[in-house]
Amino acid sequence: MIKLVDRWQFSLKVMAMYPGRTLVLVLAVAIGVSSVLLLTSIGEGARLYINKEFNSIGSDLLIVLPGKKQTSGGSLPFYSTTPRELTWRDALAIKQLSNVEFVAPINAGTALVSAGNLSREVITIGSTSDFLIVRKLVLAKGRGFYHSEQQRIRHEAIIGSKLKKSLFGDARAVGQWLNIADRRYRVVGVLKERGESLGLDMRDMAIIPISSAESLFNSTALFRIIVSLKQKSREEVTKQQIINLIKQRHDGEEDITIVSQNAMMDAFNNITQVVTIAIGVIAGISLLVAGFLIMNVSYISVVKRKAEIGLLKAIGASSNEVQLLFLQESSVLTIIGAVLGVTLGYALVFTSNAFIPYFSLAIPLWSTLTTLIVAVLISIGFTWFPAKKASSLDPVIAMRGN
Amino acid sequence: MTKPLINLNEINKCYQVGDQPLQVLNNIKLNIDSGEYISIMGPSGSGKSTLLNMIGLLDRPDSGQLIIDDIPTHALEEEQRAKVRRNNIGFIFQNFQLIPRLTAEENAALPMMLAGIDIKIRKQRVAELFSQLGIEQRLHHLPKQLSGGQLQRVAIARAMVMSPKILLADEPTGNLDQRSGWDVIDVLESLNTEGITLLVVTHDLQLGQRAARQLAMVDGKISEDCTKGEGHDQAS
Repeated sequence: MIKLVDRWQFSLKVMAMYPGRTLVLVLAVAIGVSSVLLLTSIGEGARLYINKEFNSIGSDLLIVLPGKKQTSGGSLPFYSTTPRELTWRDALAIKQLSNVEFVAPINAGTALVSAGNLSREVITIGSTSDFLIVRKLVLAKGRGFYHSEQQRIRHEAIIGSKLKKSLFGDARAVGQWLNIADRRYRVVGVLKERGESLGLDMRDMAIIPISSAESLFNSTALFRIIVSLKQKSREEVTKQQIINLIKQRHDGEEDITIVSQNAMMDAFNNITQVVTIAIGVIAGISLLVAGFLIMNVSYISVVKRKAEIGLLKAIGASSNEVQLLFLQESSVLTIIGAVLGVTLGYALVFTSNAFIPYFSLAIPLWSTLTTLIVAVLISIGFTWFPAKKASSLDPVIAMRGN
Repeated sequence: MTKPLINLNEINKCYQVGDQPLQVLNNIKLNIDSGEYISIMGPSGSGKSTLLNMIGLLDRPDSGQLIIDDIPTHALEEEQRAKVRRNNIGFIFQNFQLIPRLTAEENAALPMMLAGIDIKIRKQRVAELFSQLGIEQRLHHLPKQLSGGQLQRVAIARAMVMSPKILLADEPTGNLDQRSGWDVIDVLESLNTEGITLLVVTHDLQLGQRAARQLAMVDGKISEDCTKGEGHDQAS
């Protein structure tokens, strides 16, 4: 039996003998491997981005939605119809529960916001002082709402950084007046720069007290209530308490849906993982192409090296040894190509992250390992028949080179 | 009476050429003792190379028994035949059959590499043989950098590297000029003197007559089997 080190050296000598062929095959494998890694890194990057967004607002949140949904998890319904509205009073009742720390009722709509000659139509959120806390929003300038300001209609607003820039440019915004629809509001705070949060661009948004929003939108119906828990371990109990409480307040009818942030995160994780695997498999087609290339080149190699195969058999190589030599050759080629592909993939991801820091790509370890294994299996699979053909050659005829 | 090293008993081999069967070995019976020097001569197509390939386990008989060193090789599986070939038989071919990308040393050491022998031992053994064959300066040369005579000496080194009992040479001087040819034959004869069993297939009558035992083949049969200095025997 040939020693492994001798097999490697034998294979490397063959590769050195045919540098053009070697280069093409190594590149084909490298491109295939790096394509898979790059595409899965995009999927994984998306998953991590979503996780980061969820984690940035804490993992101890419950979201109470009006209307009864039979399934849990997945994306939240933006609008729903329900016989009874969720109101700010419901939110205040929820806040009395022992495990509830903060409650942010949300009354939302789009409205034209203007200052001087400049205007923008943006999402306007009506909420309480707890809203900034539960969404972990930080003020760059000014202040949040005082607790007392929720109780009555106060024409005060907190605006996002982008909206501030659009309406006031580099000038000071806090203390200035702006119009939301036909009402005047004084800017009391400007949010610190932050990207999208769970699909909402917090930079381009106005926040007003809940009571003002009820008046502005002429509706007491809440879009949702965000509940922050004191103890995450008691999440299930608290969920049930909220359901019971609202059922009691809504004449015995269970007409809300509660989604935990973890359930949403799990749902998103599942989706992004499936998408990542799907695009990885699609990218894997390039590895199959490399496999076909390896097969064709191996067939040509067998034909060109017939005399050598005959000689090896004549001087004592068994058919299995000959087959192993050819399989080893393609494996060595594939391993070199795969290592190059992995290096290339990581280099591309590193470069991308350096230039696009707000959306970090990440190659999952399972993707790297799976790709390497699949590449080697494809190479062995596609070289199997050429190697078998080589091993079955009659040594006497093969040595004639026919 | 000692057992022969090689025993062929009623060996038959037939090839299909188009629709016609061609009997290339016809009921061959032959005993070869250890240390013999035999030449096999005959016209093209007489079956001499086929007989050599049969003894070298490169080909299988259609029928009959072939026993080498007490091993009934006709009954062996492919893997076992390869092992017997590697350990007991050395081959020398007309066109040298060296691998162009390997150095002379690596070419000569190939059978040892196939046997999984350590590189240090391989190098030592090849160096000894190259020194014995007068090509010790050519260890690291590629085949394209060697003359015909040197190429055949590298091939002889490869054939001898596993210290086989049997050396089979198929037209070993066929691609050499006369002087290089005689030099190679001198080397082979000296190896035979040291005890190796030598079988040489040749067209060259002068070369064939140097062998102690001469076989002549016609139409797949051994037509003559004579010993140097004695009369011709009619063979099977």
